[in-house]
Amino acid sequence: MEVGSEAPLRVGPATREAFGEALRDLGATHPEVVVVDADLNNSTRTDLFAEAYPDRFFNVGIAESNLVGVASGLASCGKQVWIASFAAFLLPNAYDQLRMSVAFPHLSVKVVGTHAGITVGEDGPSQMGVEDIALATALAGFQVFVPADAAETRAVVRAAAALEGPVYIRCGRPRVPVIYPDGCEFTPGQATQLREGDDVTLVACGILVAAALEAARLLAKQGVAARVLNMASVKPVDEEALERAARETGALVVAEEHLSYGGLGSIVAQALARRAPVPIGFVNLGDTYAESGTPADLLAKYGLTADHIVREARATILRK
Amino acid sequence: MAVAIAPAPAGVSLEALAEKARLLRKRIITMTTQAGSGHPSSSLSTVEVLTALYFGGVLRYDPRNPRWPERDRFILSKGHAAPALYAALAEAGFFPVALLRSLRKAGSPLEGHPNMRVLPGVEASTGSLGQGLSIGVGHALAARLDNRLYRVYVLTGDGENDEGQIWEAAMAAAKYHLDQLTCIIDHNGFQQTGPVPEVMPLVPLADKWRAFGWHARDIDGHDLGQVLDALHAAARVHGQPTAIIAHTRKGRGVSFVENDYTYHGKALTPEEADRALEELGWK
Repeated sequence: MEVGSEAPLRVGPATREAFGEALRDLGATHPEVVVVDADLNNSTRTDLFAEAYPDRFFNVGIAESNLVGVASGLASCGKQVWIASFAAFLLPNAYDQLRMSVAFPHLSVKVVGTHAGITVGEDGPSQMGVEDIALATALAGFQVFVPADAAETRAVVRAAAALEGPVYIRCGRPRVPVIYPDGCEFTPGQATQLREGDDVTLVACGILVAAALEAARLLAKQGVAARVLNMASVKPVDEEALERAARETGALVVAEEHLSYGGLGSIVAQALARRAPVPIGFVNLGDTYAESGTPADLLAKYGLTADHIVREARATILRK
Repeated sequence: MAVAIAPAPAGVSLEALAEKARLLRKRIITMTTQAGSGHPSSSLSTVEVLTALYFGGVLRYDPRNPRWPERDRFILSKGHAAPALYAALAEAGFFPVALLRSLRKAGSPLEGHPNMRVLPGVEASTGSLGQGLSIGVGHALAARLDNRLYRVYVLTGDGENDEGQIWEAAMAAAKYHLDQLTCIIDHNGFQQTGPVPEVMPLVPLADKWRAFGWHARDIDGHDLGQVLDALHAAARVHGQPTAIIAHTRKGRGVSFVENDYTYHGKALTPEEADRALEELGWK
């Protein structure tokens, strides 16, 4: 799809809100869906499902390890289990349980980490899940999706419900720009090209997709034609789209709201090292935690804006 | 719908069960010595509990239909006692006894710790301690959602009670009044590096479980009559889950292994295995 090239994006709902609505809608069509939360239901928005289907909702208290174990047992009995918590708590706290009780037996547990990234803002770094993509992709057999806006989140939830095995979905706290129309489709393993260009490719996921589109507009004014790929399917990643981008544009920049090691950048670099080595630039948090502040201030201070993507793109093009 | 199968009739004699227990001990020692590794002493302490569950008319199961939805569930949370589970499952007919010889070998479904993906009768993949009770809570909640009457039994180690997740699960089971859930604690008194009271004191263990909302009782975990009585009594408790603290001896049945924690995670040598089988009356 092509996104309108010059009009600024309007702000829409948060991806966690869209997740909550999509999960509630899933409850109507999927009687096997059960939801378990660790007492953050009104933040993760699983409360919408809980209100509609109280018999199929369990709040196990502030106990992430047990949350995952209970989900494992329910899934072993044929349920499709959705669990949610803050990305900062769910994966780091219950990683052994996700590995041993979900990934290893390959059960149908859909794990949703909300409030991911530094756009949590004022609550500070203890609440910011900035390593969840690395942790989730390292769980064998997990598929990992990072939607860019509300419409794509709904499509990701529907797609995850149709998959047999475990899935991790990353959602954010703040309202985010609208990129996709309602009813858009999402296919695991497929990137979507949002803008054509042949000088450089900007690969992004989550909130950095909107920033990449803005960066492409700024680059266009400087005479640089940037292709934009939304890599919402982080695992499996669309290696064909990456190879095409490498061969046709000769340079890539990978932008994500995540630490440097083990995120989308690592995955893209690994794929292209094998298929089509080209210069790659990286826009991410590096190897540090953030701090309290407004999301906008933090994105600027920690290098995750359109301007940062533009600078990295120009530097990477010079390395062609 | 399949008929509930209780492989041992209600009138099964304690003598017959004791003979079954003696057979399981032989299998545990033989398979771990053949494998050259494993946890025979942690397996030997569980034998009467497993014998009562699988052959004492407690668990309803159908080895020809291992995923029978109405079956009772047994989850071995202390996954390192896999040899005991494998011996019981083979004896119950889930797979041929001859398969026990493949324990821990590449390509065998009898892995070092239980893997539900490859072996019929295994309800949960375990081996990272502390996780089985939560899984049991999930099975019990699923029974409620599906209006099924099956019961769920989880066997943990005593050292495993050090894990915080056990107590998270205990609280959840009490919250949801899961009276179809029973947790048996194999209280053999030793963990990997020493006696339980030295590594991490658990006393008063039964009171801890009671404080978490469970019906709890202590029994002699090697007295088949007491084990059967406690398991049957658990089914009559309403509104709360039951914890059975089975006081056992690590390495039970083999004098030179009993209560010697340095045997944790070690198979007997062929010579030691011969002596052990002789003590058990197999030679």
